Amino acid sequence: MIVNEQIAVDHGLKENEYAKICELLKRTPNITELGIFSAMWNEHCSYKSSRLHLKKLPTKGKKVIQGPGENAGVIDIDDNDAIVFKIESHNHPSFIEPYQGAATGVGGIMRDIFTMGARPIANLNSIHFGSPQNKKTKNLLRGVVHGIGGYGNCMGVPTIAGQTSFDSSYNGNILVNAMTLGLVKKNKIFYSKAAGLNKPIIYVGSKTGRDGIHGASMASASFDEKIEEKKPTVQVGDPFTEKLLLEACLELMAGDSIIAIQDMGAAGLTSSSIEMASKGNLGIEINLNKVPCRETKMTPYEIMLSESQERMLIVLENGKEEKAKKIFDKWNLDFAVIGKTTKSKKIELYFDEEKVADIPINTLVENSPMYDRKWKKAKLPKKNKIKKEDIKHLKIIDVLKKILANPNVCSKEWIWQQYDHTVMGDTIQKPGGDAGVVRVHGTEKAVAASVDSSAVYCWAHPLTGGKQVVCESFRNLISVGAKPIAITNCLNFGSPENEENMGEFVECVQGIGEASEYLKFPVVSGNVSFYNQTKDQGIKPTPTIGGVGLIKDYKNMITMDFKEVDNLVLVIGKTEGHIDQSLFARNILDEKNGPPPEVNLFNEKNNGETMLKLIDNNLIKSAHDVSLGGIITAVAKMCIKGKKGINVKKPKYLINEIEYLFAEDQGRYIIEINKKDFKKVTDILHKNAVHFDDLGIINENELYINNKTKVTIDELSTSNKSWLTNYMSK
Amino acid sequence: MKSSVITFPGSNCDRDMDVALKKFGFKNKMVWHADTELPKSDLVVLPGGFSYGDYLRCGSMASKSKIMKSVINFANSGGIVMGICNGFQILVETGLVPGVLLRNKYLEFICKNVFVKINDKKNKYFKNFDNEVLEFHIAHNEGNYFCTYDQLKEIEDNNQIAINYCDENGKIEDQFNPNGSIKNIAGIFNKEKNVLGMMPHPERMIDPSLSGEDGSLFFKNLINNLK
Repeated sequence: MIVNEQIAVDHGLKENEYAKICELLKRTPNITELGIFSAMWNEHCSYKSSRLHLKKLPTKGKKVIQGPGENAGVIDIDDNDAIVFKIESHNHPSFIEPYQGAATGVGGIMRDIFTMGARPIANLNSIHFGSPQNKKTKNLLRGVVHGIGGYGNCMGVPTIAGQTSFDSSYNGNILVNAMTLGLVKKNKIFYSKAAGLNKPIIYVGSKTGRDGIHGASMASASFDEKIEEKKPTVQVGDPFTEKLLLEACLELMAGDSIIAIQDMGAAGLTSSSIEMASKGNLGIEINLNKVPCRETKMTPYEIMLSESQERMLIVLENGKEEKAKKIFDKWNLDFAVIGKTTKSKKIELYFDEEKVADIPINTLVENSPMYDRKWKKAKLPKKNKIKKEDIKHLKIIDVLKKILANPNVCSKEWIWQQYDHTVMGDTIQKPGGDAGVVRVHGTEKAVAASVDSSAVYCWAHPLTGGKQVVCESFRNLISVGAKPIAITNCLNFGSPENEENMGEFVECVQGIGEASEYLKFPVVSGNVSFYNQTKDQGIKPTPTIGGVGLIKDYKNMITMDFKEVDNLVLVIGKTEGHIDQSLFARNILDEKNGPPPEVNLFNEKNNGETMLKLIDNNLIKSAHDVSLGGIITAVAKMCIKGKKGINVKKPKYLINEIEYLFAEDQGRYIIEINKKDFKKVTDILHKNAVHFDDLGIINENELYINNKTKVTIDELSTSNKSWLTNYMSK
Repeated sequence: MKSSVITFPGSNCDRDMDVALKKFGFKNKMVWHADTELPKSDLVVLPGGFSYGDYLRCGSMASKSKIMKSVINFANSGGIVMGICNGFQILVETGLVPGVLLRNKYLEFICKNVFVKINDKKNKYFKNFDNEVLEFHIAHNEGNYFCTYDQLKEIEDNNQIAINYCDENGKIEDQFNPNGSIKNIAGIFNKEKNVLGMMPHPERMIDPSLSGEDGSLFFKNLINNLK
């Protein structure tokens, strides 16, 4: 097939990009070469619209061992232990085929982690669906949950936390973001940088099939009515093979045979081989006849672009082939020497003794397109004033019950009960809390992790929203007693070619950067997913933040369930009564306009650090951050979890009761303390200039509000727990 | 006391079981599925997981592994063999215990704490147990125990039911049955009661920081009974 501009366009390349390829090569590429360019230059692999802005994120810190640019980020958790972690999107495939899309998302992110020598110890996920009324939502939700469980459960890695939201902006584009944490010894981390000439290139894992060809290109385009035709671009997962691959790789890594290792993820053999060569400033030569294939008569083009799962590429030390092969034989996995490193700085492919591709590596990587896309700055919307007559008739308990049953607040037990969250025997905080917590096996330490996103705030004002998500992650980790260390981000947006969407991206990234810089909570890994768009309808901007923190002694971990009758409950942080964009405003008043709550980074940091001081002094019995639904929702959840009640009294502020109870001001926590510790606690709060309210006292089983109105905790619990189960069983 | 835990390709609770056995005093050895000889053992455990990906029928391929010949011989000569979760599925496939394990009634994987009632204490596993009811943890997709009417009669006549799903007070009712198992069966013995297959994972309940501690009671009791 003779390549021309139309074929390039069919591969997702723009006319000017095709011209640039011809110019760089000083000739017309052949079809295999064009395939390689299209795979490397698509948005998903090249970050061509985002690179310029991602550079501005803070990525360094005392605890950062490896920032962005590798398979995953790595942080130091002392005693020669390190945590490797990353979040990644699998949005487009999950919409087309929810089970396989979600499953391979989980498989892919776990491979990124064990590629670096780390054993995966926890999975998390952030999943977003269209409105519950949308006829596709239920099946997509069921398929995604089954897919995540199907893969993670089989791998034997616990799924310890997650987030699920529903919003009509995801009707045509769901989001599936999967995150994995792995544990590794600091001196046994593996990287993807090839080194040395004439080193054997080894292919291990599953055989290559025709599945997933153009998967990365598909994920770099908007959806239209031909979406069903894209099913063959979705990969098919085999968690059993991945489990074997995990064990075999870790066994090989225990020795000293590996120079570099890279998993074959998006754009398969193409991107893995090119990335390794590029990082090592080397060339690479591959004989495609040596690649183990699942199907007959696969062409070089298909072999290079297949996204078959559960495969790895390794640069080995000379002479270690036999030893390595033995390990893969033991685990019944394919092992093939397919090429070698060269000094040519080119990728050279051979098939049937013919050279089928010859491309300088730098044209694929450094010289790949980078765009400074046009973007529009968002204005901060004007504040709304709540009218008295709008809230006069509202009964607080009814509103609370409605909020607890809201799809975005209700208990997600139906989901996480389908995930094995206890395998590996170290899960000490299950899903349903502020963050999941696993012990570092065999030590006193524990690692906390949380995933968060606030698309509504980001949509209302991207800069504020970007900051808020980072702060929320920070608070969730602190609420379980962990010291926040670093984050990974998954940036889900619409089309970068649309100025508004690009503006949302730029300003969210700016917000994330500002908050992570201020909170010393650097970004160590991440992924960008653009084109979450159907025709010209994009999703609400949804940056997802995965935060990781450390608990020095796991026995000091905090949970959110109220512990003891007669204990005192305080609100940490000031409540200003910000109602705009709150769940209350949007769902009870049906008011969708206005700015999101303001983020005050000084208060966030100060309140958070003071919380950690209280925790260090063993003064906190339970804690929960205040987020969707405000103080009363947070307190109600603590009641439900602890099967206790509370007498809530609104402090004598100027703001009214509704504003006090449902506002979503930032930087706040609810804590439970023992009466006898009141002075110790308030001394620390005063000393650090942290505002607090005395909210109430824990009782047996009822929620009282200002002695006027009450409800049993059982009733609240039913509201909170039934929505999702009922929805899914209808 | 010496124990052996068999690792099949796809086992994923083998390490957890190793940790639990060692914690309660067993000298444990991990045994590879392709080995043919079983080390000298007082207890052999088939752990949970997804042996061979559970691709054919759960446990069926593992039941034909090389090591299983020795395990079956060991069981037939009275050796103590315990299969947990996928291990139970493997035991069923070997025929060492009767019945089959179907997909859960609501077709979903379930991971949660459950209560089980000890049905029979005249065996090495539950002899001398003070408790009647234990809080255990399940995590499975195919734990729906089923057998023919004749088999059930035989199982009941021989007192082969080990544990049943129940509530915290030991009430065995349909509403406490998480997966649709016939008669709320969570675990059964072979006729001689040296072989136990059960869906719950006691190895995940061995520390107050985990889901609970009734697993600790189970292992402590087991090692004492084997001494």
